[in-house]
Amino acid sequence: MSIIVSAIGQGLTWGVVGIGLFLTFRILDFPDMTVEGTFPMGAAACVAAIYSGASPLVATFIAFLAGLLAGLVTGLLYTKGKIPVLLAGILVMTAAYSVNLRIMGRANLSLFDKPTMLKNHFLESLPPYFDSVVLGIIVVAIVTALIIYFLQTNLGQAFIATGDNPNMARSLGISTDAMQIMGLGVSNGLIGLGGALVAQNNGFADVNMGIGVIVVALASIIIGEVVFGDLTMNQRLIAVTIGSILYRFVILLVLKLGFNANDLNLISAIVLAIFMMLPVLENRFRIRHTLAKGMTKHD
Amino acid sequence: MTEPIFELNDIVVTVNHGTPEQINIMDHVNLAIYPGDFITILGSNGAGKSTLFNVIGGNIPVTTGQILLHGKDITSMSVERRTRFLSRVFQDPKMGTAPRMTVAENLLLSEKRGQRRGLGARHLKAHMAKFKDITSVMNNGLEDRLNTATGKLSGGQRQALSFLMATIKRPEILLLDEHTAALDPQTSQELMQATNDQITRNHLTCLMITHHLDDALKYGNRLIVLDHGKITYDIAGDQKDNLTKEELLSFFNDLDG
Repeated sequence: MSIIVSAIGQGLTWGVVGIGLFLTFRILDFPDMTVEGTFPMGAAACVAAIYSGASPLVATFIAFLAGLLAGLVTGLLYTKGKIPVLLAGILVMTAAYSVNLRIMGRANLSLFDKPTMLKNHFLESLPPYFDSVVLGIIVVAIVTALIIYFLQTNLGQAFIATGDNPNMARSLGISTDAMQIMGLGVSNGLIGLGGALVAQNNGFADVNMGIGVIVVALASIIIGEVVFGDLTMNQRLIAVTIGSILYRFVILLVLKLGFNANDLNLISAIVLAIFMMLPVLENRFRIRHTLAKGMTKHD
Repeated sequence: MTEPIFELNDIVVTVNHGTPEQINIMDHVNLAIYPGDFITILGSNGAGKSTLFNVIGGNIPVTTGQILLHGKDITSMSVERRTRFLSRVFQDPKMGTAPRMTVAENLLLSEKRGQRRGLGARHLKAHMAKFKDITSVMNNGLEDRLNTATGKLSGGQRQALSFLMATIKRPEILLLDEHTAALDPQTSQELMQATNDQITRNHLTCLMITHHLDDALKYGNRLIVLDHGKITYDIAGDQKDNLTKEELLSFFNDLDG
């Protein structure tokens, strides 16, 4: 039981990362590699801030700002520096590794005897692992609500249009450069926030914790899409978090089969590859049909 | 004589500068556009029709020359800033609309053309009745598909939407870049007729590139011909009304010879 609760908690926390990536990967149609650097950067910034006496809440917000800043750099390299977005992301990701070491002063920092958002009377009174579920629900709900609101504003619509058809957006007077910089910034801010939450959940930050983040976040997005099919934009945002939880279940299942934690990246990649190939396989085996049937109640 | 809205003064656009392929794709062009002008533009491929639109829209920088809006120099104004007074419909139906957004969402976007877009709610529902009125003018069923993603529309509906998006907020200058060329003859004629109705009714100032001599003669109050980056023919008013297809054809044959 507790292992399932733990998986839900992790899924919710990682949902924030998935939503962050959704902004670039699905809305702007950008393959943004920056995330592999901003996820540990958020963790590093948060832990370092807690070490220097900041409250966990403030430290988590600082993590958001750190990710935002790194995302802005990618955005500027892409729009003003005319570097392809994939390469711009890789540059910032690579640079972030050194920055993260600078922030922490070493390769990893433990939060063992430090305050975190999970260490308060209410969350500690809950049964094991329910603390991360409650915190995850609160954060995911706030982030999802804010993004849904934002996408319904005039600015948010201009942002969507930029990803959908940049030529048209420009011809309507939308500064596509500004939209892309903003998107990369907010996206990486959310991923930094996710890194801060995961660090507090795990009790440490590690400079290598970014490896494979993009695959996990993509898996959340794709699993949500494959399982639910045609959705409105708002529903899709919620589907990301549900996809993230389902992904944790899949991983749990695979670990039960006898694989160990060292195999996680291999498993993550295989899970993502399978889900991404589903549309191709679907035509032959009608997998989506079967999956969808398993997910909805019969009438 | 009224003042021109928009002027191109001695515009030159040179490409491949300093190489043996150096060429002026816009060669000392002068053009004054007056309020209410509906100018049809003819010219063979590579004559500079699209270059002319890109110069007006700010998409390509001019090498020398001056662009004036109401007598004010806007030569170096950005594409985004120019959308405050300028709108454009492209030939490719895919160019003018956002495919994953609905018809209504596209219209709402275009209603704020050239304006600041802030964090206020978009109030889509409050616009639906108005959008229904606007789209029903096109007589192609667009009004029943306001909540459909534009990627699912037919080419004709999509192009009609592009046209509505370009005119929903009145532009001082409307650029139509062969906007009916990608459609089948029937749909193309219907859209051209609707275009003309809208332009005449709302007294829009418009430049329209076309390949159809008939359309160029039938519509508009002024006709210009481009060749090798120059305006070689500029005829307006009664003279244009009396122009025949034969005269125009013989003029084109002279160009080739």
